[in-house]
Amino acid sequence: MSRETGSNRTLLGRDILEAIKESGVEFVVSVPDITTSEGLLRPLAKDPALRHVRVCKEDEGVAICAGLSFCGRRGLLMMQSTGMYDSVNAIRSVAVDYGLPICMLVGLQGALADEDPRESPKHIVRVAQPVLDALGVTQYLLQHAEDVARIRPAIDRAFAESRPVALLVGAMLPDHDET
Amino acid sequence: MMKRDECLAILARHHSDQIVVPLYQAAFEWSAIKSWPLTYYSFGAMGLGSSHGLGLALGRPDKRVIVLDGDGSLLMNLGTLVTIAEVAPPNLIHFVCENGTYEANGAHPIPGRGVLSFAGFARAAGIEKVYEFSELEDFERSIADLLEERGPVFVDLKVEKGGDYEYRWDLVHGPESRRAFREALDNA
Repeated sequence: MSRETGSNRTLLGRDILEAIKESGVEFVVSVPDITTSEGLLRPLAKDPALRHVRVCKEDEGVAICAGLSFCGRRGLLMMQSTGMYDSVNAIRSVAVDYGLPICMLVGLQGALADEDPRESPKHIVRVAQPVLDALGVTQYLLQHAEDVARIRPAIDRAFAESRPVALLVGAMLPDHDET
Repeated sequence: MMKRDECLAILARHHSDQIVVPLYQAAFEWSAIKSWPLTYYSFGAMGLGSSHGLGLALGRPDKRVIVLDGDGSLLMNLGTLVTIAEVAPPNLIHFVCENGTYEANGAHPIPGRGVLSFAGFARAAGIEKVYEFSELEDFERSIADLLEERGPVFVDLKVEKGGDYEYRWDLVHGPESRRAFREALDNA
């Protein structure tokens, strides 16, 4: 059952990719995430408009995006919720304490489009937003096509106010080539 | 064996306009040795210094970036060597000050002290220009060329504790350092 009103069209990676580029993001730093793998990361990695940086561990990406921000360049860190959990200290110190515009696109592994992640029966999904709440990171949930409109204002605001933001992909993105 | 502050003093003499990212003890010593506005003190947490440096190197390809890492810090983020090798920033030079201890946290030994090889890690990660120094004269003879080399360059400085320096945590975590660095970088 859907908790959203409106059209509830399927969230697509290609729409997220366009929104990322329209947001002035030049660098995408990533560790692969199963939620966004086929729908977003695969086409993104081939997109000549973005510089894709593969990192070994997600907290590297927090610091790379910090360095970029001092240069006036926009980076986006793409990771799975597991990587976000692993990067809590980097997010706490570099993003939150220092007040830097670290923009994170986080795949909630196991989340379903029509289910509130906070009420998911899966612990790994259920704790994502409370962890970000505790850190004081503003978050936006992306579960349906219309949610893509949140991306550009969220990223613009992060840079305007110099504070981190988390964009949570709360639905499995369909394969780019089949959409 | 070289003292770290002697190495940093030599670096300071040859340093021109590069961005410097010093960590922990190297940050406290560098700040006392050279007042340099393009110093990025806000490394945030252990292990991330070279990742901040990589972000700066990507964001400002017109500037060269010098990272002064610690051995305990680098052990926490060995993957950074792989990432740097893959990105291959021509403007990044990554020093590690290998003293075998967590100096800012009580000088306890690092695991693998005296056995592991940071130069070996860097080479195995795919970084081609890798150097080790344990004698000050050798370092002094090479530093000018090192700073001009096309990156990525990795340099292991085998050092011991030098003089005593005040722990300036305000420099590392305080907002004034970030404001000053941002202003200096905007104008550089």
